[in-house]
Amino acid sequence: MTFTVTQHGDVNIVEVEGQLIVSNRQELKSTVLDQLDKGARKVLVDFGRTSYIDSSGLGVLVSMSKKVREMGGDLRLANLNEDLQTLFELTKLDTLFQISESRERALESF
Amino acid sequence: MEASPALADLDVRIPSDIQYITHIVDEVVRRCAAADFPRRHLALNVPVALTEALSNAILRGNRDARDRSVHVRAHVDASVLVLEVRDEGDGFDLDACTDDPTTDENIWREDGRGLFLMRRLMDDVERYSDGGNVVRLTLRRP
Repeated sequence: MTFTVTQHGDVNIVEVEGQLIVSNRQELKSTVLDQLDKGARKVLVDFGRTSYIDSSGLGVLVSMSKKVREMGGDLRLANLNEDLQTLFELTKLDTLFQISESRERALESF
Repeated sequence: MEASPALADLDVRIPSDIQYITHIVDEVVRRCAAADFPRRHLALNVPVALTEALSNAILRGNRDARDRSVHVRAHVDASVLVLEVRDEGDGFDLDACTDDPTTDENIWREDGRGLFLMRRLMDDVERYSDGGNVVRLTLRRP
């Protein structure tokens, strides 16, 4: 379970490797908040190497999205596999987030 | 026919600590894989629903008290997975505590999706008391 941050232009990309669940959600929250403190306003969370997400992980994404919006920015998602896509559809969070099928598409969308 | 060791029941107590969740989930998924459960069950239904049950037991049932424990039992065979997660709490009303997180008033909430997901990803979710609080999850292999 690791989070890797890279920068592409003015977009900060956070890659989630492994699970995003109750035991590491605070780490993601801290990672995103740290990027916001440093001035980031465009955040892309890449799930290309993510196995599964629980309700706590979904909740952190919702709260971070709200926080980024309040600061005039945008948090978007990319690379959800079929199972993760189902999770977002079940919870209707696919209607809350802008989700791109690839990192490249997401970067173009900002 | 002699039962395969991979299909043997799991019966384990873990400390009430969320860091133990992935160990239990990995073990149950491994046993379901050995029982030839579909890939989607292994990647989505089992890990997400069991993570929810364990985190509820640790954080809500046991109130994150490290001196408490969680008892996990799993039975896997060629047709069904039955999981029982027992904590030391007082229990809860499954229906009353299951919110609909998809409504306009709830969708921006950070919490409130755990029981909903458990019930959508498992065939049956039941709760009963036996001196502790037990949540039983059942998933049938198609």
